[in-house]
Amino acid sequence: MNEEQIEKPATVDDDDIIIEIINMHKWFGDFHVLKDINLIVRKQERIVICGPSGSGKSTLIRCINRLEEHQRGRIIVDNIELIDNIKNIEKIRTEVGMVFQHFNLFPHLTIVENLALGPIWVRKVPKKEAEETAMYFLEKVHIAEQAQKYPGQLSGGQQQRVAIARSLCMHPKVMLFDEPTSALDPEMIKEVLDVMIDLAREGMTMIVVSHEMGFAKSVAHKVLFMDYGQIVEENAPEEFFENPQHERTKLFLSQILH
Amino acid sequence: MSKAYSEKTEETIKPPLTSVGVIGWIKANLLNSWFNSLLTVATLYLLLKIIPAFIRWAFVDSLWMSTGAECHQAGGACWSIIPANLRFILFGFFPYDLQWRPLVAMILLVGLLFYSQNRNHWKKSLAYLWIFGLFIMGLLMKGGLFGLTSVESAQWGGLPLTLILSVFGLTAAYPLGVVLALGRQSKMPAIKTICVIYIELIRGVPLISLLFMSSVVFPLFLPEGITVNKIVRAQAAIILFTAAYIAEVVRGGLQGMSRGQYEAAESLGLNYYQTMRLVILPQALKIVIPPTVSILISAFKDTSLVVIIALYDLLKTTQSVLSDPEWMGFSSEAYLFIALIYFVCCFAMSNYSRRLERELDTGH
Repeated sequence: MNEEQIEKPATVDDDDIIIEIINMHKWFGDFHVLKDINLIVRKQERIVICGPSGSGKSTLIRCINRLEEHQRGRIIVDNIELIDNIKNIEKIRTEVGMVFQHFNLFPHLTIVENLALGPIWVRKVPKKEAEETAMYFLEKVHIAEQAQKYPGQLSGGQQQRVAIARSLCMHPKVMLFDEPTSALDPEMIKEVLDVMIDLAREGMTMIVVSHEMGFAKSVAHKVLFMDYGQIVEENAPEEFFENPQHERTKLFLSQILH
Repeated sequence: MSKAYSEKTEETIKPPLTSVGVIGWIKANLLNSWFNSLLTVATLYLLLKIIPAFIRWAFVDSLWMSTGAECHQAGGACWSIIPANLRFILFGFFPYDLQWRPLVAMILLVGLLFYSQNRNHWKKSLAYLWIFGLFIMGLLMKGGLFGLTSVESAQWGGLPLTLILSVFGLTAAYPLGVVLALGRQSKMPAIKTICVIYIELIRGVPLISLLFMSSVVFPLFLPEGITVNKIVRAQAAIILFTAAYIAEVVRGGLQGMSRGQYEAAESLGLNYYQTMRLVILPQALKIVIPPTVSILISAFKDTSLVVIIALYDLLKTTQSVLSDPEWMGFSSEAYLFIALIYFVCCFAMSNYSRRLERELDTGH
């Protein structure tokens, strides 16, 4: 784990807001998963969300690119409000990259085809250029030599790095990570976190659902603790870990930090 | 030193003779329990009874190039029925002097199918090639242009008819089945309902009744003076029938896809059609190659049901030959012959599907 502190821009002004969530609620049937969520994310800001399983943290970030639909309140991404307009949704999805717990690479395509698919069909980039971009990002996640292989031939850590590169190929303004390391064998977690740290260093706006507290400490501007569908606590990592305010946060931290 | 040693052990450590080679295989597979030994002996006895008799009938006592009368005298198989009637079996009532035309058309069709087997040839140019090939085939069958004598489609028959009904039936039914499967998965209730009703209705009736409806009932609803070609009507019935079955198989494949694949495609900003075409269908259709080919093979064989509406396909022309007094009674020979033709086609299909599965395997 890279423990050195990555430079965090101290102040940001309000023009820089990229995601704004206001009084948002979501239900699965009768089950109230997200309760009155308010969150502002500024450009280049990095947020880590943690909390017990079933607390709604994954659902929250899945609402940001409309893999889940919210029923009340507003979500505004890059000045576009997420409403029932398929064009808006597709526009937002091109600006928001998503990395999943189980990678979700396309197993019938080679690695380089996986990366070039979005740019070619959504951004209408010529095939050759898309493949060059793909190679550039594969280089970045240190996996260029695997370009012609199929996902099934790669290890979990390699697949997750490919998944990150696939999102980057769309040149997103925000990257969402949904427990990116929790399906990995322990020895592969570091290679994925290192790629994410590199990304942070370059100023990518990131929202990460993760229990990697070391990553949170060194990279995040803000750590959110969620429980029972609410944001219980929201604080800078130093404060969050040294001096948690709520009982539930303390309990959770004692459980995961041993 | 160590090399010599290992060479020596290799030699000395060879497995007992009775557990390898022919003896080992026989012991392991044929005589591994008293029940299996009994089965082996019984099977050998049956084979000894049947095979020499069959060889005697089919080859030793058989006649290959004789008249029907000579055949009735002899005791063996009368293969002569095939060469003597080959042209009628293959081409039906197509004018005798013009039968080179369906022959060329069939060779063209088989050649195109062969060429299309290779996935490296799957380019836009292949589609143009097919359009051109189909035009030539149509011209050869129908005539009426470029000095070719016109031949009524009522005179088409035999193998060309079987091939036309199957090749067009299967190639049209497949995409229709995929569309129906997607429709059945649709979130739009109207589309979903229509597809469900269609699939369940068609699957609920036998193909024969559909063929009857297309040939007897359907014309009643047409305005006076308008007729639709009988072959086209039978073709439509086969397509609609097969599509319903393919739809259900494809739906099975779609349900086998994980939600993650949809989500990954959507979060890249791909729209519904792109998601389906580029991500979901290539995987889902690959999973269902084996059951799909089963349906295609049975649909191919089911085209012989068109005898029921008096189309002279391969089976019907053979039956007509058998009703000729000269050749009456040699149905085993004639049916074995067309069984062979059907088998070759079906075997080619299943062989190709296995090759396709291997080629598309990406190790997941």
